[in-house]
Amino acid sequence: MLTVDDLEVRYGRLAAVRSVSLTVARGEIVCIVGPNGAGKSTTLLTIAGELAPYRGDIAVDGDRLTGLASEAVARRGVSLVPEGRRIFGTLTVEENLRLATFQRRDRAAAARDLADLRLRFPILAERYGSPAGRLSGGEQQILAVARAMATRPRLMLVDEPSLGLAPQNVDLVYALLRELRAGGMTLLIVEQNLDRVLEVADRIYVLRDGRVQLTGFVAELRGSDALEQAYFGFTRKRGNGA
Amino acid sequence: MTLILQNLIDAIALGSLYALTALGVGLLFGVMRLINFAHANFITIGAYSLIVPSTNAIATLAIGSWHWAAMTTAVVAIVMVLAVATELIVFRPLRRADPATLLVGSFALAYALQYVILLVYDGRPKAVDIGSSLTEPFLIGALRIPRLEVLTIAVTVALIVALALFLKRTRYGIQIRAAAEDFRMARLLGVSADRVIAIAFALSGLLAAAVSLLFLSRTGMVAPRMGLPLVLIAFVATVIGGMGSLVGAAVGGFTVGFVSVVLQVILPLELRQFRDGFVYLLVIAVLLWRPAGLIQVRAIKERV
Repeated sequence: MLTVDDLEVRYGRLAAVRSVSLTVARGEIVCIVGPNGAGKSTTLLTIAGELAPYRGDIAVDGDRLTGLASEAVARRGVSLVPEGRRIFGTLTVEENLRLATFQRRDRAAAARDLADLRLRFPILAERYGSPAGRLSGGEQQILAVARAMATRPRLMLVDEPSLGLAPQNVDLVYALLRELRAGGMTLLIVEQNLDRVLEVADRIYVLRDGRVQLTGFVAELRGSDALEQAYFGFTRKRGNGA
Repeated sequence: MTLILQNLIDAIALGSLYALTALGVGLLFGVMRLINFAHANFITIGAYSLIVPSTNAIATLAIGSWHWAAMTTAVVAIVMVLAVATELIVFRPLRRADPATLLVGSFALAYALQYVILLVYDGRPKAVDIGSSLTEPFLIGALRIPRLEVLTIAVTVALIVALALFLKRTRYGIQIRAAAEDFRMARLLGVSADRVIAIAFALSGLLAAAVSLLFLSRTGMVAPRMGLPLVLIAFVATVIGGMGSLVGAAVGGFTVGFVSVVLQVILPLELRQFRDGFVYLLVIAVLLWRPAGLIQVRAIKERV
């Protein structure tokens, strides 16, 4: 459903993404992995319309997104769960969720979705009327995902969901992302933690220096030298028992 | 006792004007980090719109002679349209510019609008007789409360309550608050930047129009720079209230009004003409004590 073709993104004269092509099929979880500065988040933010590409094409289900403003991308059914969560701390939990539905035309369905989200996330329902800034980090991450769900996206982009979260909260967030996939959602996730990725993803793209080094199905790549080679640039020594 | 009450009412009425102006300024600062000097011209043009355009020394009422409801509606409409037009023509092309550029843009706009007034109406102040019936006071015992002060306070309370309800209850209000906190994230959720900013300008214009009418009724005089002192005080109010907080802007406005009236009363006669100097001195003291203002906003994030 998502196709990114030969994407190049520059910050001034510096190319952060040099040439990235990738596809995500409906109902897949695809992860972009790679070391710091590989261009993972830049790729994701460019798909979301937050950054403008220098070259290349982005399309969802044939709709061309290249160069559209982020608000227009959002209205075409692509929703970002950003790094650092970026919930609106002075707005209530309810307002955070309602805000995400305002761009929808199907108001009745949007109201139903809000009611469903409230039932689905008791942690959020308990704090529905209080400012979202008072939630814990893990709760804020759940809210950020719920907020993206409230837009009823075709494609959800998730940037570094585990960053700055306690391990048990990371488990919670990934359990939720898997649940979403089971419900038919398509997800493109940027993650640094390779072990997490191997648990959750169907396919991965390994980025280094703004290029795709390796791509493939997790089932085939798991434990292979090629994966480590692409990710680290070298192969970890294996112990005797390995 | 009577004197204290009398002064208190004066202070609240003056503070009301400052608070309304500060809210108009603070709204745009919150949403787009714009320090809008042209807000002064919104107020000025609202007042001038009441009279027939001419360079005559004596003003002839145009809209100003209408029934008060029609007059208010017309002035509000004129200033709102003006505010939205300045957004479209001047600030929309500058939207991605940094706050310093926006500030310079607002200076340029303010001067351009001021010279339009000079060309059309001449620079001399003109007496404008609106709301003269409002100068008659209510008499409660020894207390003399000008009707205009009561009206000013009532209008201010009504507008603040309406604005609060709008921001809290309506979809556009929630979008404005979200945009003020993190505009980029709001857009990532499909919030239209154009619409949110246009609505913020329209609201700012509405508040400016209210200030125009109330201030003009108070002074009975139009002049090309009449809005400027109010807006300068409003900037002070938003700074001491805490930049980016609307509650802070309103609190700051009332505080400055209150302090001004107190100074007016307690300063010895020969120092009274320097009242505003003392107000600014207090502002410096407040900022030394609380550099982020009375009401602190967590983080002022980048816009758009």
